[in-house]
Amino acid sequence: MTLTEQQQVSYIASQAAEARVRFELETEGMTLNIGPQHPATHGTLRIVCRLDGEQVVWADPVCGYMHRGYEKLVEARKYQQVTTLINRIDWLGHFANEVPFILAVERLYEVEAPERAQWLRTIFFEMARIANITLFLGDMGVQLGAITPVFYAFRDREHVLNLMEAVTGGRFHPNFDRVGGLKDDLPKGWGDETKAVMRKVEEFCDQMENLLVGNEIFEKRTRGIGVVPQKVALEYGLSGANLRSTGVDWDIRRDEPSPLAWKHADWKVITHTAGDSFARYWVRLQETREAAKIVTQLIDGLPSGPIMAKMPARLRVPKGEAWVHTENPLGEMGYYVVSDGGPSGPFRCKIRTPSFNNISILPWLLRGTYVPDVVAILASLYFILGDIDR
Amino acid sequence: MSDTPSDAPAETEEAAQPAGPPPDPEREALLEALRADLGDALLDAQIIPEDLVIRVDRTAWRRVAETLKIRHGFEYFCFLSGIDWLKSPELETRYEQVYGAIEGEEAASDGDPSPFLGDRVGGGDGRFTVFLRLQNLRTKLGITVKADLDDANPAVETLIAVFRGADWHERETWEMFGFDFTGHPALRHIYLPTEFEGFPLRKDFPLLARAVKPWPGLVDKEPIPGEDEEEEANA
Repeated sequence: MTLTEQQQVSYIASQAAEARVRFELETEGMTLNIGPQHPATHGTLRIVCRLDGEQVVWADPVCGYMHRGYEKLVEARKYQQVTTLINRIDWLGHFANEVPFILAVERLYEVEAPERAQWLRTIFFEMARIANITLFLGDMGVQLGAITPVFYAFRDREHVLNLMEAVTGGRFHPNFDRVGGLKDDLPKGWGDETKAVMRKVEEFCDQMENLLVGNEIFEKRTRGIGVVPQKVALEYGLSGANLRSTGVDWDIRRDEPSPLAWKHADWKVITHTAGDSFARYWVRLQETREAAKIVTQLIDGLPSGPIMAKMPARLRVPKGEAWVHTENPLGEMGYYVVSDGGPSGPFRCKIRTPSFNNISILPWLLRGTYVPDVVAILASLYFILGDIDR
Repeated sequence: MSDTPSDAPAETEEAAQPAGPPPDPEREALLEALRADLGDALLDAQIIPEDLVIRVDRTAWRRVAETLKIRHGFEYFCFLSGIDWLKSPELETRYEQVYGAIEGEEAASDGDPSPFLGDRVGGGDGRFTVFLRLQNLRTKLGITVKADLDDANPAVETLIAVFRGADWHERETWEMFGFDFTGHPALRHIYLPTEFEGFPLRKDFPLLARAVKPWPGLVDKEPIPGEDEEEEANA
């Protein structure tokens, strides 16, 4: 198809007119305020973006809208009371928050939970991961304009939450882990039901892979967007899938000795080398599959025995300091617990949450990106507000 | 290097005596290398179960972080925070307030006249400690680096140039403990409102919720199962 001369002339004229308008109009930057109440921020994170046209010149995340001061509150509680609080740090990964704290106290108290309790802890830990990450897998679609996946995500997450409720009585805040073991044993028939749900989770992963990963729009919006180089990721202390998507083969579950039962299951650490939004999504998707595998295997091999070590009712933890971290759904979570040897709770408890570090990279990462990509990058870094503001 | 042989056996004995942890050759080797590299800046070190804690001179804070990152492969920045070691009177009486005095249980103060908590991992006796956690992803070892700060004017050099992630952590520590990080470009509030006064995580900062309305404690005093088992058995 050839253009007529008249069409060519009119095209050139229109281009010239537009260029003149651009030159004559002021195009200096504007400040765009994303949040605190924006669906992409999973709560109340506010990001002040300075824009030049559609590009971000600088971005400054403002957190603290949900700061609850857990590190101070923990100091005014006994060890047994702390789990109620820390359930609410990463509210989607409920049970996983309790585990590192309890392990730290157990290390200080020099007590180990019985074998069966450690296996059950691992099972609940991985179920918390599934409950957490399924939501991400659907929500990422929503941020990019695909509404369907999130309904699947909520549907299948419900099964996992029901199972947690069956054991612990709490859907969101189980408060089930105790120093020295667990509160209760499994209800009858729970194992078979869980294995059926794990098959559903794997099906859900396949669905997500079909719906999103092969999708042209999804790939265009995520591939090459928000690339984090490995060195920068390490310096900012990114963890979890955000770190593994940059090619770092590091998973605390595998790489550090832990009393929990990951070593008894056959599973893989998933990495990707691209470091972009797509890689982060892909790694999390595969990790959910691995988590379902771990749960199924551990239920098959679950040892019998007691679930609670012999513990005194009044816990007096000896003087000392302990740091325990685990690979939580969002990344590395750890507690540095200082005990003064008294009958009260922790003297000081530093809570290291993954999202705080994961989000601290935003000023570096958002520079030069386009506004719609800001949302895609935020979604792919995946943070929980309670985990940043603790 | 000269003082290495005299120091090292003392350290291992100290770590081995209280709990009898298994020997930890990897961390021992790392500690030897650090002694050689850091020299006088390394004030104290202790190997605790599955962990290594070193205490360094605050004037060498940044140099230590650089050495650890560049020469010892501690590339992964985990966190940076502070500790206030002031024994809080509020916390010591709390147990009695909540549960009532129990015979045979004395409060945390064990006759130690110092206003600050003693017997710390890695030593030290000042009020403020800044500490940093790093991880070597190849050898899979982690390290906690502590430095004692001045009681009246707690300040230490910023680590932004070494680990970019230290930016937010230093802002948080400044806000919560009032530590000054010299060289930090913008020590702004990160969680609290701009006009907030005081440093909440210091022990002399009252927990207002508790000060206004005391914790009710055990409302209905049921017998605790584990404690009363013996009595039941006797009866």
